[in-house]
Amino acid sequence: YFHNLQELRHSASLATKVFIQRDYRDGTICKFQTKFPAELDSRIERSLFEETLKTLNCYYAEAEKIGGQSYLEGCLACATAYIIFLCMETRYEMILKKISMYIQEQNEKIYAPRGLLLTDPVERGMRVVSFAKSQDGFLKRWHHLERAKHDL
Amino acid sequence: MNNREYQQIDPQALATPPPEHMPKRARRRWEVFPGKNRFCCDGRVMVARQGGVLPLTLALILITSGLFFVFDCPFLVEHLTSCIPAIGGVLFVFVIISLLQTSFTDPGILPRATPEEAADIEKQIDNPTGSSSSYRPPPRTKEVVINQQVVKLKYCFTCKIFRPPRTSHCSLCDNCVERFDHHCPWVGNCVGKRNYRFFYTFIVSLSFLTAFIFGCVTTHLALRSQGGNGLVFALQASPFSFTFSTALELVVCFFSVWSILGLSGFHTYLVAANLTTNEDIKGSWSGKSGNEDVGNPYSYNSIVKNCCSVLCGPMPPSLIDRRGFVPSDDSVQTSPVEIELPAAKNNRNMVGRAVTSGRPPPPPPPPVVTLQQPDISIQSHSTA
Repeated sequence: YFHNLQELRHSASLATKVFIQRDYRDGTICKFQTKFPAELDSRIERSLFEETLKTLNCYYAEAEKIGGQSYLEGCLACATAYIIFLCMETRYEMILKKISMYIQEQNEKIYAPRGLLLTDPVERGMRVVSFAKSQDGFLKRWHHLERAKHDL
Repeated sequence: MNNREYQQIDPQALATPPPEHMPKRARRRWEVFPGKNRFCCDGRVMVARQGGVLPLTLALILITSGLFFVFDCPFLVEHLTSCIPAIGGVLFVFVIISLLQTSFTDPGILPRATPEEAADIEKQIDNPTGSSSSYRPPPRTKEVVINQQVVKLKYCFTCKIFRPPRTSHCSLCDNCVERFDHHCPWVGNCVGKRNYRFFYTFIVSLSFLTAFIFGCVTTHLALRSQGGNGLVFALQASPFSFTFSTALELVVCFFSVWSILGLSGFHTYLVAANLTTNEDIKGSWSGKSGNEDVGNPYSYNSIVKNCCSVLCGPMPPSLIDRRGFVPSDDSVQTSPVEIELPAAKNNRNMVGRAVTSGRPPPPPPPPVVTLQQPDISIQSHSTA
């Protein structure tokens, strides 16, 4: 699967893009608008789209949550003059990795078969979630690669 | 008669670079960073363009602390307690480490919009009159309601994005910085979301350090003058180096204590109210002309919660990926040959980050317009 997605990423640069912007109504936390854009209407079901975005928003909310674990991390860091940030991976980074896996999984299962490619917001400075909408040649190519893979 | 000869080009031969054309070295993202920052250690360390007076700050701290350890500690250890250098040492370490972290950490720089994003935003805020005049149109703003407060989001012409709330563009560094507090020349960097806690630790520990040194030096002088006939006599009896260092320490510490203690107090107030220096100076949330409806929408209305969220909150990662590689052209890395290459040749695409592999990219492929379907086999004509 992996290098199929690679290819899609490369040809995604030639596709039209649909951008989902941030939702700032709850303040500066990382949250994306869940309003279904009209450009995706023909490609994907509204419920799947909303499900993906809501899950992403949940992940980000968890990463930015201020609670017991984040206080512990913060106080420990302060006590060690913040040197542990150089050695340890922060909770936020761990959740970002989870998010990437989730996005990859969603791409493989749901979006690529419909000719869409979801880009991880972290690659766009957390400004947007971008969907690359492919042309038809791309979709044929995806199916061709899938079939070739199954034949092996 | 046709003199030209065509040969069938072997696709495999195209994969290797022709001898006179060396593949370009892959560049890291920090080398093409559009802001005015400077990078060291191959992108691991970043500072603002103007180093500011960071060397001066470091020099002042090192020299004053050095003089303290050399001239005052031995005397005080003898006459008082050996805790003195220990406390001084701990404070000194905290000060230096937090200073370096404030200066060299990415303050929360927002990367600029990609051309497609910029185009998308432009479309959304199309000028209704449709006139394409050459002057810059009036500043574009978007309004959003946060916590029952109307907040205006401004469009940044340099970065081509609508700035998130509390983000400001620093003209010295030419970057948009999240939760922008101020640009500190002493530290040589902006103070923003990611390094505010380091900055706060720095000024607080520095206030303690300067106050501590000041106290120790005065104690030292007091103890010395007790033994003899007063202060002047004690100073006259001491070597010149002692007098000089004492004077220097006193002067530096006296001025520093007032200014830095004041700054710490001010920032403690900001932390407790969850404000930034930028907002405080502009008076964004202070009621103008007695308008009671305005208040800080980001505050949790609890001092403890504000402090905890600002100082002990989760540490967001840097968004600018300094050490990733810039793809060789636009975002195509594949060779022009028909793809049936093994996965190993492709990028080690680290999940979540746009880091590409360390191998030099293949030679510049022909302009990619189609999905990797170049004409590479040309019929061979032989001229009869």
